[in-house]
Amino acid sequence: MAAGVATWLPFARAAAVGWLPLAKKNMPKPPVDKKSRNDEILFVNVSGLRFQTWKNTLDRYPDTLLGSSEKEFFYNEDTQEYFFDRDPEMFRHILNFYRTGKLHYPRQECIQAFDEELAFYGIVPDIIGDCCMEEYRDRKKENQERLAEDTEAEMATDTPLPPESTSRERLWRAFENPHTSTMALVFYYVTGFFIAVSVIANVVETVPCRPLKGSKKDLPCGEKYTLAFFCMDTACVLIFTFEYLMRLFAAPSRCKFMRSVMSVIDVVAIMPYYIGLVMPENEDVSGAFVTLRVFRVFRIFKFSRHSQGLRILGYTLKSCASELGFLLFSLTMAIIIFATVMFYAEKGTKGTNFTSIPASFWYTIVTMTTLGYGDMVPNTIAGKIFGSICSLSGVLVIALPVPVIVSNFSRIYHQNQRADKMRAQQKVRQARIRMAKKGTTNAFLQYKEEGGFQFRDNDSALCLKNRSSFEHQHHHLLHCLEKTTNHEFTDELTFSEMCMTESVGYRTSRSTSISSQQGLSTSCCPRRAKRRAIRLANSTVSVSRGSVQELDTLQVHKTSVGHQSRSSLNARTEDLKLNCEDRDFTAAIISIPTPPANTPDESLPPSPAIPGILRNSRCSFTHETVKISSL
Amino acid sequence: MLQVCVATDAVMGLIMGTFSMQGKQDNYRKDRVCDDLELSVVCHRPEALDLLEAQSNFNRKELQVLYRGFKNECPSGVVNEETFKQIYSQFFPHGDASTYAHYLFNAFDSSQSGSIKFEDFVTALSILLRGTTTEKLQWTFNLYDINKDGYINKEEMTDIVKAIYDMMGRFTYPALKTDTTKQHVDAFFQKMDKNRDGVVTLDEFILSCQEDENIMRSLQLFENVI
Repeated sequence: MAAGVATWLPFARAAAVGWLPLAKKNMPKPPVDKKSRNDEILFVNVSGLRFQTWKNTLDRYPDTLLGSSEKEFFYNEDTQEYFFDRDPEMFRHILNFYRTGKLHYPRQECIQAFDEELAFYGIVPDIIGDCCMEEYRDRKKENQERLAEDTEAEMATDTPLPPESTSRERLWRAFENPHTSTMALVFYYVTGFFIAVSVIANVVETVPCRPLKGSKKDLPCGEKYTLAFFCMDTACVLIFTFEYLMRLFAAPSRCKFMRSVMSVIDVVAIMPYYIGLVMPENEDVSGAFVTLRVFRVFRIFKFSRHSQGLRILGYTLKSCASELGFLLFSLTMAIIIFATVMFYAEKGTKGTNFTSIPASFWYTIVTMTTLGYGDMVPNTIAGKIFGSICSLSGVLVIALPVPVIVSNFSRIYHQNQRADKMRAQQKVRQARIRMAKKGTTNAFLQYKEEGGFQFRDNDSALCLKNRSSFEHQHHHLLHCLEKTTNHEFTDELTFSEMCMTESVGYRTSRSTSISSQQGLSTSCCPRRAKRRAIRLANSTVSVSRGSVQELDTLQVHKTSVGHQSRSSLNARTEDLKLNCEDRDFTAAIISIPTPPANTPDESLPPSPAIPGILRNSRCSFTHETVKISSL
Repeated sequence: MLQVCVATDAVMGLIMGTFSMQGKQDNYRKDRVCDDLELSVVCHRPEALDLLEAQSNFNRKELQVLYRGFKNECPSGVVNEETFKQIYSQFFPHGDASTYAHYLFNAFDSSQSGSIKFEDFVTALSILLRGTTTEKLQWTFNLYDINKDGYINKEEMTDIVKAIYDMMGRFTYPALKTDTTKQHVDAFFQKMDKNRDGVVTLDEFILSCQEDENIMRSLQLFENVI
C-alpha cells in the first residue's frame, strides 16, 4: 500500500462506525498502540548537512533504513541526532521520497552512485516515479551494457587459454581472435586475400576483352580465358571450403554455428561452384546455373569478418529494423496511393505510359525518390498536379525515419570506438594495478626482512621504515597466519628456486587480480639433516568467477616440523618440500567443502574467513592424511 | 495554360492558408478555456486552527497532525470523489469498495459541494471518534439515508448492505448466497422498524440502537483511533 494511504487509515477506521448497527457479530477489540502519538522532529546529519523532518514522515516506509529501527544504530547520543557518513546531495532525494512518496532520479548523478545510496537506505529502485523511470532505466541499461562489454572484452581476448584446452578450443580461439597466434594471423590474411581475389575475378570476368583472332565480336574475359578463371575460382573455393570445415569442426556449438549469419554467407558463397560441378552442361539448366553464379557475389560479405566497420553497419541495420520496416511500410502505402491516383488521372490520355496501376508504380517510386528518369511523365494537368504532390511527399516520407537510423548508427559506432579505447586503456590499467598489488605483498616480506617481528621495544622500531599503524596491524595479521599454518610467506623467485623436478598435480587457475600460476610441486630435496613435514597446501582460488576450489591433499608422513615455506594468501605460488626418503604420497583432489578429518591433537583452529586460506593441520605422525579445507 | 496553372496554385495556397488560419483561431479558443481551468484549480485553506479547535473535539496537536497528513495527500486542500474512492479502495483490496466509498463520501460531504474539505474531514472525525453516542448514531443514520429525506427505506438499506458486501469480494467463507443481502436487510428492519411502517426514522433508529448493548459497546471501541 502506498505510504500516503497510511494517513487515511485512521479516518477509514473511524468510518467503520457506520457498520456497527448492521453488524451481525460483535466487533473485535482494536489493537492497542503503545507508542505515543505525539509527533516529534528528528535531526538527521548527513556528512555535516543537517536535515530535519517529522518522525511520522520517516515512519511512512517502515521497510527502509530510516523508517525502521535500523536507524538507531546511527544515533549519536552526544549530539542527539542520527549521523550518516554518506553523500548529502543524494540524501536530499532520499528524504524527498519520504516526504512526497515519489522517488526522483537526479539526472546529473552517476547511476551507480545512486543505486548504491538506494541500497544503503533500503529503498527499492522500482518505486522511482514515472517521470524519472525512463531516464533511470536507460542509464542503467547503458551502464550494464558498458560493464558487459568490458567483462566480455576482458574475458574473451586477453586471458590465455588453460593448457588443457583441446585443440578444438584452441582452433576456435584462433579463428575468433586472429591476433592470438601467428598461424591464425597468417590464415586470416590469406583468406582475406583470397576473398579479394575471388571478388575481383568475378568482376573482371565480365569485362570485354579483345576478341580472339579471327573473330570480330568482343568477348568477355571470362569466356576468353576460361581455364584461368576456372582455376582461380577452384582455388578460392577450396580455401573457403577448407576454412568453413575447420570452423565447423572447431565450433563449440555446431548447430548454433550453422545457424549464424556468417556461416550462411560462407555456404552461399561456395555452393554455386559445387552445384556447377555437379550439373551437366545442359542448355536448359545452364540458364538457372547462370543465376546461381550471381550468388558468388556474396563472397564480398565474407569481408565482414575482416572489417569491423562492415559489422557495425550490419548491426545497425539489424537494430534499426523497426524503423526500416516503418519506412518501407509508409513508402509502400504512399506508392500505392499515388500510383492509383496517377493512373486514373492519366487514363484518358492517348498513348500514355500509365497503362495500369502496377505500371504506375515505377513512375511513383522514381518520383518519390526524386530520381526522375523521365521515361514516364504525366501529360494531363491533374496528372502533373498529383505528380508534384507525389514528389514533395516522397521527400518527406523518406526523410523522416532517416535521422533515427543515423542516430542509431552513430551510437553504435561510438560505442565501438569507446570499446576499443577502453580495451587499450584496460591493459595499461591492469598492468598498473598488478604492480600496486605486488607492492603490497612485497611490503610484508620486506617488513619481515627488516626484522619487523623481532622488535619488542621502541628502539628497534626506529630501524623500521615509517609505517602506518594500519600496515603494522596488517602485517601482524599475516604473521599470525604464518604462525597458524606454520608456513611462511615467500615470493616467486625464492619459490621457483626451491622447486625442483618432481611436481605432483599441477593445477592452473585464474586468480582475481594476479594471474599467477599455481604450482604444486613436490620437490625432492635431499636434505638428510632434518626430516621435514610434507605439506601440501595448494589452493587455487578464483574468488570472483565462482569456480570450484580444488584442493589437493597429500598424504603426509612423519615429519618433524621444520622451516616450511608456503604461501597461500593472494593465491601466490606455493612451494613444498618433501623428504626424498619417505616419498610416499598420493594426491587427491577434493573440492570444497571438505571437513577436515583426522586432525591431530595439535590441529590448529581455523583461521578466520579469509577466502581461500588453507588450513593446514600439522601432523607429526606417519601416514597422516592431511585434509585441507578451505574456508 | 500557364494562367490556369497559376490560378490553381493560387487557389491551393488560399485553401491551405485558410486551414492554417482556422487552426490558429482554434488555438486561441483553447487558450481561453485553459485559462478558465487554471483559475478553477485553487487552493482551499481551512479555517483558523483556533476555530477548528473550538468546533471540534480535538486539541491543537491532534489537529496539527491531522492537517499535516491531509495537506500532504491533497495539496490543493480538497478531496474529490474519485480520489476518495481510490484511497478508500486501497484498504479493501479484495473487493470493490467504490460504491460504499460513494455513500461515505456523501456522508462526509455535509455541504454537498462535491468535494471534502478539511473542515468536513475534521467534523466527521470529531463526531466519530470523540462524539457522544447519539451524535455517532445520528451520523450513521445520515450515512444510511442516501437521499437525505430523513427516512431509511428498504431500497436504501439494500443498497448500503450490498455495497458493504461488495467490499468483501467474491471469495468469502462461507460463500455468499444470493439472498444474503436480503436476509441481512430484513433482519435489520426487524430490529429497527418499531412501528412496522416500512421505513426507519431517526428516533426509531437511535432508540433501537440504544437498546442493543452490543452496539453501544462497540461504539466505544473506536475512540482510540487517533
